[in-house]
Amino acid sequence: MTFLSILDRNHTIARPGFSRWLVPPAALCVHLCIGQAYAFSVFNLPMTKLLGITQSTPDDWNLPQLGWIFSIAIFVLGASAALLGRWVEEGGPRRAMFTAALCWGGGFILSAVGVHLHNIWLVYFGYGVLGGFGLGIGYISPVSTLIKWLPDRPGMATGMAIMGFGGGAFIASPLSVWLMQQFSTPTHVGVAETFVVMGVVYMCFMMVGAAIVRVPAPGWKPEGYVAPEQSKKLITTKDVYVYGALKTPQFWLIWWVLCLNVTAGIGVLGQASAMIQEVFQGRVSVVAAAGFVGLMSLFNMGGRFFWASTSDYIGRKNTYFVFFALGTLLYALVPYTGSIGSVTLFVAFYAVIFSMYGGGFATVPAYLRDMFGTRYVGAIHGLLLTAWSMAGIFGPALVNYIREYNVTHGVAKAQAYNVTMYVMAVLLVIGFICNLFVQAVHERHHMKQGAEAAMAD
Amino acid sequence: MNSSQNTQSGNAVKLALAWGFVGIPLVWGVLQTLANALKLFQ
Repeated sequence: MTFLSILDRNHTIARPGFSRWLVPPAALCVHLCIGQAYAFSVFNLPMTKLLGITQSTPDDWNLPQLGWIFSIAIFVLGASAALLGRWVEEGGPRRAMFTAALCWGGGFILSAVGVHLHNIWLVYFGYGVLGGFGLGIGYISPVSTLIKWLPDRPGMATGMAIMGFGGGAFIASPLSVWLMQQFSTPTHVGVAETFVVMGVVYMCFMMVGAAIVRVPAPGWKPEGYVAPEQSKKLITTKDVYVYGALKTPQFWLIWWVLCLNVTAGIGVLGQASAMIQEVFQGRVSVVAAAGFVGLMSLFNMGGRFFWASTSDYIGRKNTYFVFFALGTLLYALVPYTGSIGSVTLFVAFYAVIFSMYGGGFATVPAYLRDMFGTRYVGAIHGLLLTAWSMAGIFGPALVNYIREYNVTHGVAKAQAYNVTMYVMAVLLVIGFICNLFVQAVHERHHMKQGAEAAMAD
Repeated sequence: MNSSQNTQSGNAVKLALAWGFVGIPLVWGVLQTLANALKLFQ
């Protein structure tokens, strides 16, 4: 047996007596690490002073140059999840987690070399491309395994892992700042050393997840769980092949459901600090606005677990109906909270909105499982993440350009976001309609007995 | 103690270690963020 063979799916089959509750922490080991991506912005300002130390010099990198690092990483996340989904699914979670750990940790270390040599292309390749592969592979690696271990609670299972992605930034942000403080000197910023430490720590942490993870033995089911023999209205017992899913209207409807839900949240998330300060001019300080961003991140994370778990009881389609109906109402009412000057209502409305933004991410793997079965759900989820990449481009652009247009046409800053909120509400109405059209997948798309091996060839 | 009880107690230790491994840093991060978030209400 070679070392690499222990990564195979066959070597990760759980022995009798293995507790399935060990699998969520294995998934969290990966998602807590790759969730650092949300906190990458803490490096932006220090990286503009690598040469000047106390202030930027003309040879230092500027913010638009540095902004590309995160953009490349998110683009590669979507692309790699889409392209490598089948490889992840067929090779098993351990091989995927191991690869993700090497890519993610290696990306940090290569970026450290790039920072040390002051070569931005090396950082683009390190964090952006290599790290992006780690993000994409790591994000989808535990999804189908969790669903198979917790067939009675698939929403909660994926909600737990994807909650970790939201929570990763909470750890990374203060940790990065603390490490840079430790390594900085009057003549050195300390970013390269911070990258090395984080790369090594993340690689080790993710390897622990790869070591713990197991797949259930064929035919395993939880004690007392009776698997439904026949498909329910919106929950299939059959499987759809990964590329077969692309031929179904259901895939593209759910693609739009995710894209519109994320577009509505992601644009506002990036502007949250500026927005609350401009809407309540003179009443909300910079420090308080940072607190608002932190609070929204907590609701984003909590919503991932809460809504995904709730979907196990009320159904996936109904959960998205709640997101779109309640989201439309709240977005439409946000300008009113600004007009009456109620910071409390403004914060409360956004807390619910961001809980549903996170909930949208966490509920979608279980929605796909209901539609396309468990066999290729991780790979299909990978394909669906292109909706996230698309929303990542449209959401912020929509918020920024509408605000800019309003301000340049004489609208007061306090009201500059009103039109954006109404546009978001309209997007959510369209999402509601897409969700309405989601029906069970036609049986002609289901995999036939014995077809699996032929399709995999 | 029979083998079933051994497995159960072994699993309990593994579960505590695994959940502690991911739970402690997560709780630390959440508390840090919560402390920052409270500044909104000060």
